[in-house]
Amino acid sequence: MKTPSDRRYRETHEWFLLEGDIVTIGLTAHAADELTDITYVDLPEVGKTVAIDEVVAEVESVKATAEIYTGVAGQIVEVNTALVDNPELINDDAFNDGWLLKIRADSPTALDDLMSAKAYEKHIS
Amino acid sequence: MSSIASRPAADITKKETATVTVPVSGRPVKGIESASSSQAMSKKPRLQQRDHPVLFELGAPGLSGVSLPPSEVPSVDRAKTIPAELLASELPALPEIGELDVVRHYKRLAHRCFSIDENFYPLGSCTMKYNPRVNERVAALPGFAHLHPYQRESDVQGMLELLYRLRCDLAEIAGLAEVSLQPAAGAHGEMTGLMIIGAYHRHRNEPRKKILVPDTAHGTNPASCATCDRSAMTVRSRPDGRVDLDDLRSKVDTDTAAMMITNPNTVGVFDEGIGDIADILHKAGALLYLDGANMNAILGITRPGDFGVDVMHYNTHKTFSTPHGGGGPGAGPVAVAEKLRPFLPVPQVIKRDDGTFGWDENRPSTIGKVRSFYGQIGVLVRAYAYIRSLGCDGLRDVSEKAVLAANYLAARLGERFTLPIPGPYAHEFITVPIAGDSGVTENDVAKRLLDHGIHPPTMSWPIQHCLMIEPTETESLATLDGFVDAMIEIADEIEHDPEVLRTAPHMTPVKRVDEVAANRRPNVRWRAE
Repeated sequence: MKTPSDRRYRETHEWFLLEGDIVTIGLTAHAADELTDITYVDLPEVGKTVAIDEVVAEVESVKATAEIYTGVAGQIVEVNTALVDNPELINDDAFNDGWLLKIRADSPTALDDLMSAKAYEKHIS
Repeated sequence: MSSIASRPAADITKKETATVTVPVSGRPVKGIESASSSQAMSKKPRLQQRDHPVLFELGAPGLSGVSLPPSEVPSVDRAKTIPAELLASELPALPEIGELDVVRHYKRLAHRCFSIDENFYPLGSCTMKYNPRVNERVAALPGFAHLHPYQRESDVQGMLELLYRLRCDLAEIAGLAEVSLQPAAGAHGEMTGLMIIGAYHRHRNEPRKKILVPDTAHGTNPASCATCDRSAMTVRSRPDGRVDLDDLRSKVDTDTAAMMITNPNTVGVFDEGIGDIADILHKAGALLYLDGANMNAILGITRPGDFGVDVMHYNTHKTFSTPHGGGGPGAGPVAVAEKLRPFLPVPQVIKRDDGTFGWDENRPSTIGKVRSFYGQIGVLVRAYAYIRSLGCDGLRDVSEKAVLAANYLAARLGERFTLPIPGPYAHEFITVPIAGDSGVTENDVAKRLLDHGIHPPTMSWPIQHCLMIEPTETESLATLDGFVDAMIEIADEIEHDPEVLRTAPHMTPVKRVDEVAANRRPNVRWRAE
């Protein structure tokens, strides 16, 4: 499984892709595989302000529930509403169509503290 | 997420078994071949294996279970008394069926249900022990069963004395100062305990918001924090399952209200660092909350109050043999240390100086009432019957046997399954199937156990790919050995016949269900054709 090198990772298996000051957050393919079939996604409200390392969403599978943490502080500007009816998008394409939410980051440099793709691959091996 | 699969969805094991019912017999089966040959002999599937219609499909128009006498009330024209727009255009589709067929319908369904009365139920973290029949006899005594909560105190002295004695016994077992019997379940006890903790800090003008929770905690712990407007912060565990004290120290601060801990914890070991944990919290002005889910391992051996706990809840259905109802009723008594007594819920059952019993409302700093009337009285009577029938030595014996049974199973299973956390264990342990490249998952093992007449253990929690096994003290050596035999047979199947596992169960009325579809597109409504 390829871990995209254009983004950062948290040890709790979220990925963070920075474009301008917008950070897109998703769950890694490794995490989606471990959770098995995802059946439900609980997304936050757009406009909500969040702190760093806060739980912003929940992903539920037939096996377990996983909490999604922010890697940056900021405001939620968009959530992936396609997941409401098709949560399996996370299983099918975790790094692209399965994205969860977008945050306008107060300070995008906070992402520098997170893991690179290489470090994350080591973390899960 | 704190760690993958660290917390179960609502309740994994229940989800797992909701659509799966009883195996045909309690005897272990040897495999599909023997199953199909025995079916071939009898031609038809055994009664319990047959598909069963819903009540609406039984009966016929005009059939009825009752015959009413002629009405003495004059009938009225409903069109003249009820506005037309409120009248239904057709009658509701209710089943028409005779009484005996209704009885048979529900009896058949009951026989398909899995219960501790019929089969082994090693459901880790849930303590599925036998519910002694004497509890039921006692709870059914008219003096207990036929009371009304509005009766005068003088009429219900016997019940009040029982509740008073029970709360004193539970305080003694906890090593704490006083107990409230009001909470109606374990999670309700957690909420009550957190409210008491909140009241304590408020009383000291310290608005502490943070609750620490180990990553091995039950999912109810952070949920209770959220319910009580507190934020839960995860504390890491070491590889041996104990709390990482350095991580704890780095997270305790002046905003920390308490830590919620389960000890013995959910990976099956007693955390010997509990004294240090209590010290770290107390020095920072925080309190230690114990989730009493695993009290079955320590009754009469150690007491939470003696290892630094300030407040805890019991689950009477786990520890004191009250039935695990289908979602209730439960009871989750809360025990507190001396300094938290002023905040306990009211009314509290008391013994007055003249020797009579009554309800005390006079507790100015109380958090108030957390349950209508006085709690789940019928459940509490059963818990009291259990405690009194065993006595001090008997309760200690319960825990010693529960611990012995768990360690015996771990020792025997350790040859064929991975034991990720080293023992010795408390009353439960986690084990991981050695799947190799067979593709067999813990889910397949759990399903296959159904074919052996054994309830699946708790799965995939608190660590990935695991089965959490808790035999309890009420199983005989023969039953424990039978379970090991079944597990070893399954370990053989992983190596030689994984397909039989991937398609299990084979002997239940409902075979492998599509859990993904059941979760994503649940269809639980019956409609007339």
